[in-house]
Amino acid sequence: MALDRWIALIFVAMCCIYGYAAFFTMDQLLPPFMQRNPVWPSTFPKLLSIAGALVGLVVLLGLEKQTGEKEPSATDINYRNLGQYHTGQAIGLLAAMVVYALCLRPIGFIAATILFLTAGATILGERKFYILIPVAAIATFIVWYLVQQVLGIFLRPWPTFLVD
Amino acid sequence: MLEGLMIGLQTAINPFNLGMVVFGCIIGTFIGMLPGLGPMSIIAIMIPVAITLGDPTAALILLAGVYYGAIFGGSTSSILLNAPGVAGTVATSFDGYPMARKGLAGKALTIAAISSFAGGTIGAILLMIFAPMLSSVALLFHSAEYFALMVVGLSAIAAFAGTGQVGKALMMTILGLIMATVGEGALFNMPRFTMGLMDLQSGFSFITLAMAMFALPEAIFLVMNPARSAQGGEGDSSGKITGLRITKEEGRAIAPVIGRQSVQGFFIGVLPGAGATIASFLGYAVERNLATKEEQAQFGKGSIKGLSAPETANNAACTGSFVPLLTLGIPGSGTTAILLGALIALNVTPGPRLMVDEPQVFWAVIISMYIGNLVLLILNLPLIPYIAKILAIPRNYLIPFILFFTLMGAYIGQNNATELLILVGFGVVATILRFADYPLAPLLIGFILGTMLEDNFSRSMQLYRGLGFILERPMTLGLLVLAVVLVLLPSYRAMRARKRAQGVADGD
Repeated sequence: MALDRWIALIFVAMCCIYGYAAFFTMDQLLPPFMQRNPVWPSTFPKLLSIAGALVGLVVLLGLEKQTGEKEPSATDINYRNLGQYHTGQAIGLLAAMVVYALCLRPIGFIAATILFLTAGATILGERKFYILIPVAAIATFIVWYLVQQVLGIFLRPWPTFLVD
Repeated sequence: MLEGLMIGLQTAINPFNLGMVVFGCIIGTFIGMLPGLGPMSIIAIMIPVAITLGDPTAALILLAGVYYGAIFGGSTSSILLNAPGVAGTVATSFDGYPMARKGLAGKALTIAAISSFAGGTIGAILLMIFAPMLSSVALLFHSAEYFALMVVGLSAIAAFAGTGQVGKALMMTILGLIMATVGEGALFNMPRFTMGLMDLQSGFSFITLAMAMFALPEAIFLVMNPARSAQGGEGDSSGKITGLRITKEEGRAIAPVIGRQSVQGFFIGVLPGAGATIASFLGYAVERNLATKEEQAQFGKGSIKGLSAPETANNAACTGSFVPLLTLGIPGSGTTAILLGALIALNVTPGPRLMVDEPQVFWAVIISMYIGNLVLLILNLPLIPYIAKILAIPRNYLIPFILFFTLMGAYIGQNNATELLILVGFGVVATILRFADYPLAPLLIGFILGTMLEDNFSRSMQLYRGLGFILERPMTLGLLVLAVVLVLLPSYRAMRARKRAQGVADGD
């Protein structure tokens, strides 16, 4: 089964869970005065879950005929041979983003950002740290200055233990 | 109309707003040139900046400037490096890149700039004429018609997704609608589908979603396949761009092309789901058919008509896509959907009331379109050789920065680190969906329209005490029938074509 059909299967399953929540769990919480309304908070989700399951089934069962295989272009990525691409680098960068999200509060914006930019470039194969780290530091300060001072959005610059 | 124009002129010409146009155009061109970052990602990244401006007019002017700049920047990288940053400028590279290879890069850029300028300006004039007309009709609409109209818009987007893609596009639209129901709706005041998580109380943030759907997968693709980025392209002509002038004969040759394609592109842009990509390909095809035999042979080898047609059409279409956004409040494309999200965040509800309640917003946007086009022409053209230097930034630096800006965009809107985890999560999902050839724009449009769709639906239900409104209001019924036809038509036509092909094979 091709990837798009697996996704359709997951989608249909998701619609079933969503529909279950809409049909059987939401209405019990409804206050009596709202029950007299013709439309409940669960009405629209109920419709969506049915429509979603039907459309998902159409894709899953391949009812809509494909008109010939599309020629994959040179720059598009064919998921069947992920080994040809720098998949490891991509996963590394995604992991770095997660770490950044988790570290942003505890170690502060400036340290987290410099680390993220340096780590990101290192994952991609940059080894000239004497250029990389200053560039990352300067860019971080510029962005922090712009966001904090010009746009007026608070970004905690330093680690938590230094502030409290 | 004249009165409105004056209000708009007054607003747009104020130095701050003027500065926003210039700033937006330059930023847009700058980032639009980078491969993989299309107008949608750039606008998504700029939204937090626009929202902090506080003034909806200035914000919309800035974003419109970014939009135009991004398209122009995309054309530049198509011409110079054969690396179209966006689907809408793919047709530009057909003739633009061969011209650059012949050493005519300067001329190609000038033609592209003039064509975009003309397309955008003529589009803005048409917008000025048609938007008020459409909006006076739309004022007669009630919730029921709005609901039906949004259903039509959503199905049209799916129907235009291409053969064999309608089901997938519909699936993505419904997924977007489902995601829109998460959180506390205004109508019911009760949390839905939050799974008890505080972070989902106010639903998903559309900026996070926009970044996750567009910017993040593009960045991941750039990492995975370096051939996508500009550095993979052969021939570096960015260093020496000379000969920006075009001759009188060339001007005369492209003038009719510009005229035709501005109008055609505009009307294609008005249709939901069609947009700049279809407009540019169609424009290219139409002009090739209209050209003489000798000119036809030139197409694909550096024809100025072949360059001018898609450039004019895609800019006119971008302007056209503002018509449904500003008059009906219904976005027809991913980009206008993002703009709609930004407007809602700024407490402006686009729709037919916009022209009555906040004429300065409406007219200032139109005026800033003219100014934006002018800025692109006079400011960017001489600066292009310098701006093109951005293409020389090494990939190792570029990609971490793109990712960082994506993260920042999601973070500063909400000031919540959980938002970043949601971003990465959805980014991974979006990448997998891209692998499987699912279109992502319908998802975002569905997400943004979801709340409005449900509001209008619920209001009609309440008014008519049930689903009676569908039968009692003929216009609603008509629109809903149209929506069904739109969805089923591609399948029906494909089936008929198959039958006919089978008939030929059988020998009748």
